Amino acid sequence: MATIKELLQRESALSSGHRMCAGCTAPIIVKLISLASKYPLVVSCATGCLEVATTIYPYTAWKCSFIHNAFENSAATISGVETAYRALRKKGKIKNEIKFIGFGGDGGMYDIGLQALSGAMERGHDILTVCYDNEAYMNTGIQRSSATPKGAATTTSPAGKVIPGKKQFRKDLTGIMAAHKIPYVAQASPSHWQDLVKKVEKALEIKGPKFMNILMPCTLGWRFMVDEGIEMAKLAVETCFWPLYEIENGKHAVTYKPKEKKRLIEFIEKQGRFSHLKKEKNKHIIDELQKDVDRNWEELLRKA
Amino acid sequence: MSIMANYHALTGNEAVAYAMKQIAPDVVAAYPITPQTSLMQKFSDFVADGDVDTEMILVESEHSAMSACVGAAASGVRTMTATAANGLALMWEIVYIAASSRLPIVMPVVNRALSAPINIHCDHSDAMGARDSGWIQLWSENAQEAYDNTIQAVKIAEDPDVRLPVMVNLDGFVISHGMENVDIYDDKKVKSFIGEYKPLVNLLDLKHPVTIGPLDLQDYYFEHKRQQAEGMMHAQKAIDKVGKEFGASFGREYDIVEGYKLEDADFVIIGLGSTMGTLRMVIDEARKSGMKAGFLKLRVFRPFPKEIVRKHLKGKKAVAVLDRSDSFNAVSGPLYSEITSALYGVADIPVVNYIYGLGGRDTSVSMLHRVVKDTYDISKSGKCDNILNYLGVR
Repeated sequence: MATIKELLQRESALSSGHRMCAGCTAPIIVKLISLASKYPLVVSCATGCLEVATTIYPYTAWKCSFIHNAFENSAATISGVETAYRALRKKGKIKNEIKFIGFGGDGGMYDIGLQALSGAMERGHDILTVCYDNEAYMNTGIQRSSATPKGAATTTSPAGKVIPGKKQFRKDLTGIMAAHKIPYVAQASPSHWQDLVKKVEKALEIKGPKFMNILMPCTLGWRFMVDEGIEMAKLAVETCFWPLYEIENGKHAVTYKPKEKKRLIEFIEKQGRFSHLKKEKNKHIIDELQKDVDRNWEELLRKA
Repeated sequence: MSIMANYHALTGNEAVAYAMKQIAPDVVAAYPITPQTSLMQKFSDFVADGDVDTEMILVESEHSAMSACVGAAASGVRTMTATAANGLALMWEIVYIAASSRLPIVMPVVNRALSAPINIHCDHSDAMGARDSGWIQLWSENAQEAYDNTIQAVKIAEDPDVRLPVMVNLDGFVISHGMENVDIYDDKKVKSFIGEYKPLVNLLDLKHPVTIGPLDLQDYYFEHKRQQAEGMMHAQKAIDKVGKEFGASFGREYDIVEGYKLEDADFVIIGLGSTMGTLRMVIDEARKSGMKAGFLKLRVFRPFPKEIVRKHLKGKKAVAVLDRSDSFNAVSGPLYSEITSALYGVADIPVVNYIYGLGGRDTSVSMLHRVVKDTYDISKSGKCDNILNYLGVR
């Protein structure tokens, strides 16, 4: 891994002055990814927080070339860019080695953009696709997605008198991508930045399609204080709610094992989106969530 | 200059695939749909045999086809796709984005009926639905025109004053699967005709990083839309110029519209696509029986050639407009609306509308005879009592 000194000598793809929320962890993720790359980058981004808050015309916070096309097609768009690059390289019209990254939130990758993501991965493009997973449609005002945890209150799965938040468990997108048998799939978190940087460095050296799912705590949607984002990410990892692992050519490896696996309640109790779960009648949901986390963690350890 | 013809028996789809081979786009992203399939299959053969060095992206949907085309075109390379009907409908959102991003993508559309009910045969509801998407629309009467239009489309799209994507329309099955003698031009001449593509901006230019597709709010969006409109306003001149240059290079000159026995006609039938071929014969026969009929074929529907239509219809006694799609507005088909809008305030001519051939319903010679006879009667009476007619419906 590049040393911290080396990383800091590189230029972040995202400049300061963008209009992401105070306390947003998405720009931290983008900065870490771009510092991890020793290659020039060209990126695409799905419609969403990261796109609308970094490219308000006539300004752009992106120092590298950037394309936003629509909500559901970041992966398809960057596959077109990468193919154009290959066409030009073949003809000797372009000399530099460029790496391509397609960003999308959980809306753009888990849900409306799942088909385009699956297609781009299956076709074998030499691209890294990154889901910044903040577990709901935050840009449009915190609506539920298939990445929203069970029990979480969103504006379309509110904690009502009858229904206590989202009824379903989250979708395992990392697992779905692993099932594509692409050369590299990983889960990362901005709290464990060295692990994240290492994974990006590794991914960019692998030829072919790569996918990284990165947890992105959202101060507005999860309802925690603006200085607690990294702490939330850390708790997600320490409770094994968001395990850090990678699958390289089919081989699972857990890249961080908490010394002592924390109870999920420690992650849940700090977030307003779960506050209704403290009620006696909803406590069974916390138990279900804990069981789900335990089962997934054991399954992961078995595979690794 | 004498030009030797080099005829090949080809279907319309094969002819367009051949044009694509000669254009040799850097990137083609496509998804198969009837009746476009044989076009992409033929082109895939060319790629597989090394006859063309295009990079193909065999996507999982038309939505991704157009999305990948946008990515490739924004990277500064020549980009093509092809589709039909529901495929065009699925890529709709990105069809608008391609035009609004001023990306010169060329897309043959093998015209087919939109669902429901599902139907794989020809009508124009697909392309007519996309008529306000900001794409230039060329229409073809036969395989030769489809081939010629495809080559010209590249030059029109890339014209620096235009920079808009172009749809090349050819009637599903009638043209796409019908075999004709097509005059195929020399590869090198086609290559030199279309020239090198010089993109204005390019994602891959590391010295000049660019942000494409930003959020554009109340303070700038309107100006960008106005600029887009300006591109379309320049398009007619570019299409005209390219049509003339094409004539000089290959011996077939193209105008925005084509008239048939139009000059001295008392009344005029207007339409686009393959039906105009049948209409030539019907007009010849009408002339023999003393009816002074003529036709006006629109080769270009977007930009709409308003002034040209006005010029040709001035002084005529009646007009019939053939629409191979319905607007479901309880008034008329889309072409009728455009024609009558062009005539508004400059000529008081009765104009009758025929919706015909939906879902591939055969439009027979006798049906077109009826159109000619009815329009003749209108030209004599000066009155059109029933504007909206469904031709050949039971």
